[in-house]
Amino acid sequence: MSSETLDAGMTPRKLKVATVSLAGCFGCHMSFLDIDERILPLLERVEFDRSPITDIKHCGPCDIGLIEGGVCNAENVHVLREFRANCKVLIALGACAVNGGLPAQRNHLELADILQQVYRTGHGLAEGSQIPNDPELPLPLNQVHAVHEVVRIDYFLPGCPPSGDAIWAFLTQLIKGRAPTLGHGLLQYD
Amino acid sequence: MTSSFLLDGEEVPFTPGQTVMQAASAAGKYIPHLCWHPDFAAHGSCKLCTVKIGGGFATACTTRAAAGQDVENGTEELTAKRRTLLQLLFVEGNHFCPSCEKSGSCVLQASAYEVGMLSPHFDHFYPDRAVDASHPDVLLDFNRCIMCELCVRASREVDGKNVFALSGRGAKSHLIVNSESGRLADTDFAATDRAAEVCPVGVILRKRVGFAVPIGQRDYDARPISQRVVEKLADGEQEAG
Ligand code: SF4
Ligand code: SF4
Repeated sequence: MSSETLDAGMTPRKLKVATVSLAGCFGCHMSFLDIDERILPLLERVEFDRSPITDIKHCGPCDIGLIEGGVCNAENVHVLREFRANCKVLIALGACAVNGGLPAQRNHLELADILQQVYRTGHGLAEGSQIPNDPELPLPLNQVHAVHEVVRIDYFLPGCPPSGDAIWAFLTQLIKGRAPTLGHGLLQYD
Repeated sequence: MTSSFLLDGEEVPFTPGQTVMQAASAAGKYIPHLCWHPDFAAHGSCKLCTVKIGGGFATACTTRAAAGQDVENGTEELTAKRRTLLQLLFVEGNHFCPSCEKSGSCVLQASAYEVGMLSPHFDHFYPDRAVDASHPDVLLDFNRCIMCELCVRASREVDGKNVFALSGRGAKSHLIVNSESGRLADTDFAATDRAAEVCPVGVILRKRVGFAVPIGQRDYDARPISQRVVEKLADGEQEAG
């Protein structure tokens, strides 16, 4: 691994970055951590707003928003719209954000049948199991959607998850003010 | 007699009767393609090999090479059109590469890498397409079919069986199996058929061998499809899907 820096020649204002996982597995966030010690030069240039490390519940005005996961329920729609309203640049991070990913493989099934199967008729359920019905629980959508089907997305970084190297390459180009591109080996859909 | 035409400004020799695609491939030049295969008659359906000849668009696989032709292939204009075409193919089917056995060896995926496709851009159709697991040795996952008809041609022309066909029109077009039940198990299809290995995407899959090659060692991990196709053609290897 190289010890690349984000040397900009002077000390500009730190960029605000927010991240969130919608219908995702947090694998993209884990892959983000795979940039390893490159997180140190990154932290010289960015500070985190809403993210798993800050535990902030709502994102404020940000420069960059990273969205992991697709849109599978009503809360995902709210969070995604909040990110779009607050982030100057919004990035779809990973296969689920890009095309719905694994969760979207339920899209040709009836939601009601899935809920029945999972909570009522499936194998190994406790006696009297019910479909959860609590106002705290966001309502599932009929289909899982890619994030660009709900809000405008500026950049897409595919991969399941994108590698730490791909995330690093992408962010460094963006922070340097270039439109990110990914070459062979970094651009992968799996 | 050998004549030549220009491909992105470089001279490409051809023998009369060859198409632009055949001559370019023989000369080790990569023109992106999905439904074309050197072993089968040109189909001209996927349009990925669209080039510009003398300022007009034409499919390289169906256009005869002619002396003095000026063919554009690797221009930003054509790459952008190919990217759009691939995006359409991705959203028309259900392509979830992380769970696909063909990932890393898939011509559709590798072609999309080649043109730098970062997003599907369009809204997904998420079509409802069945899987046929009836055959003991081969699985059909129609979610990934791009209707290139390579299996149709291989089964008819090489295997002499006529197992597959396209049915329906427009957005309702789909691949069918030629048996009364519509199931692969009720045909004389065999895992040793040419049609079993010709699919460029992850539709026709041999059972019990999935994910055999680790990530990093699959066909298009080591090098992009442009390089790989050129190497294969140079080695006289068959370009499998
Ligand atoms: S067929 Fe190719 S593009 Fe489709 S899911 Fe499989 S690897 Fe991806
Ligand atoms: S099954 Fe494969 S080879 Fe046959 S038409 Fe579909 S994509 Fe082409």
